[in-house]
Amino acid sequence: MHPFTYTKAADMREALSAGRRGGRYIAGGTTLVDLMRETVERPGSLVDISTLPLREVTVTERGGLRIGALVSMAEAGAHPKVRALYPVICEALELSASAQLRNMATIGGNIMQRTRCTYFRDVTAACNKRDPGSGCAALQGYNRNHAILGTSDSCVATHPSDLAVALAALDSTVRLLGPDGERTLPLVDFLLKPGSTPNREQALRKGELITAVEIPALPRPLKSGYLKVRDRQSYEFALTSAAVALHVRGGVIREAKVAAGGVGTVPWKLPTVERHLIGERPSHRLWAEAAEHAADGAHPLTHNGFKAELLKRTVERRLRTVGGTA
Amino acid sequence: MVGGVVTGPPVHAAEDAVAAEVPPGSRVSLTVNGVRRTVTIDNRTSLLDLLREHFGLTGSKKGCNAGACGACTVLVDGRRVNSCLTLAVRLEGAEVTTIEGLAKGDRLHPLQQAFIDQDAFQCGFCTPGQIVSGVGCIQEGHTGSAEEIREWMSGNLCRCGCYVKIERAVEQAAGRK
Repeated sequence: MHPFTYTKAADMREALSAGRRGGRYIAGGTTLVDLMRETVERPGSLVDISTLPLREVTVTERGGLRIGALVSMAEAGAHPKVRALYPVICEALELSASAQLRNMATIGGNIMQRTRCTYFRDVTAACNKRDPGSGCAALQGYNRNHAILGTSDSCVATHPSDLAVALAALDSTVRLLGPDGERTLPLVDFLLKPGSTPNREQALRKGELITAVEIPALPRPLKSGYLKVRDRQSYEFALTSAAVALHVRGGVIREAKVAAGGVGTVPWKLPTVERHLIGERPSHRLWAEAAEHAADGAHPLTHNGFKAELLKRTVERRLRTVGGTA
Repeated sequence: MVGGVVTGPPVHAAEDAVAAEVPPGSRVSLTVNGVRRTVTIDNRTSLLDLLREHFGLTGSKKGCNAGACGACTVLVDGRRVNSCLTLAVRLEGAEVTTIEGLAKGDRLHPLQQAFIDQDAFQCGFCTPGQIVSGVGCIQEGHTGSAEEIREWMSGNLCRCGCYVKIERAVEQAAGRK
């Protein structure tokens, strides 16, 4: 681990000032400390934001939900309001990492977490994300766990977050505070596809800080759920996953939110699947027909061709268990 | 809120230290198993290394040193965490409980006793982390079924494969058996 200076920010103003001067924010630290030890990350100064007042979960005026950036994954997953309004978020959280890590890691940090691509984490391997221009060892390497959607010639690494998949499905936004003030971005615009600059992962400006994520109000009743498919039953990243939320009224699907994880370089929204569902009546056949489009546009690599079919089945199964056939 | 200036020691003074090739360090006071301790440490020191190498508390184990195995699990302010991924410098004022802090004198913690009763270990390397994690699991209330215990204890790996008995030990200490 490279040496670094350390300060604990006493308030937002102090944090932003240190961030503007190049300080790296640390919250839960579960990704950052790990990558610093591997020298993948080499910040010269850490700014500890853990005592900033960003720990609240509130219902917004419009009936949505705002989760402070420093709420831990464990707290968010157990929060009665999150559980009542958006079960899909709790399921995504509780299927992530381990109880220990969920006690440490925060909601803001979860979105910021970096890929688990083994070549990214191995400083001796070529990686355009870690070392721009060095190439991508995964393209010709062992790429079973890599992405099939949103990839480029430069990078095929997946975004590892389960939470971000649920948040993307629900059209969530990210609130940011920086030296130039406050702004809000849709999560799907905040997280960047690799293109030719895979080293640039978020639409963050220098010194900007995530203060909260907001989930918009959705028509009720809303049924939602998350399915994660992985190599072992617990404590593992997704091979494929599906976040689903459905609003059914009068026997007809009026609103459908679907996104996939484990397959994309960013949490992958599935608008074609959503369009197939809206206006239709729930049925086993409908779930299968809609899920058939889950892997549209996929570009499988040498070892991950199975993900396209697995993704379709993952989406179909989650639609079936969330939507039933009534 | 915008454009403030930090006063006091922070970033710049310490950057000079980096330039002078003296690894930046900090002073931190924390309570470990009820004992208040103050140390000056290299900022890179993990809580695990602080416990093992500075305080001689070698019960917490270094398995993967990457947050993947759980052998280093301790309680910080009552919550189970991976001490290998915790920078000690961040723990000003924190209360840390390790495996060494669970027994009351010669009386073992109920979960320690349960591990003996259920024969829940072979080599013993993961055991301190398993037990501290189990204490956290019980406190959190995730012991409603064997399945729930397995899921909420999944952050602790056991290469000897004692999972069945570990789950029974947690059940016993939780009062379900």
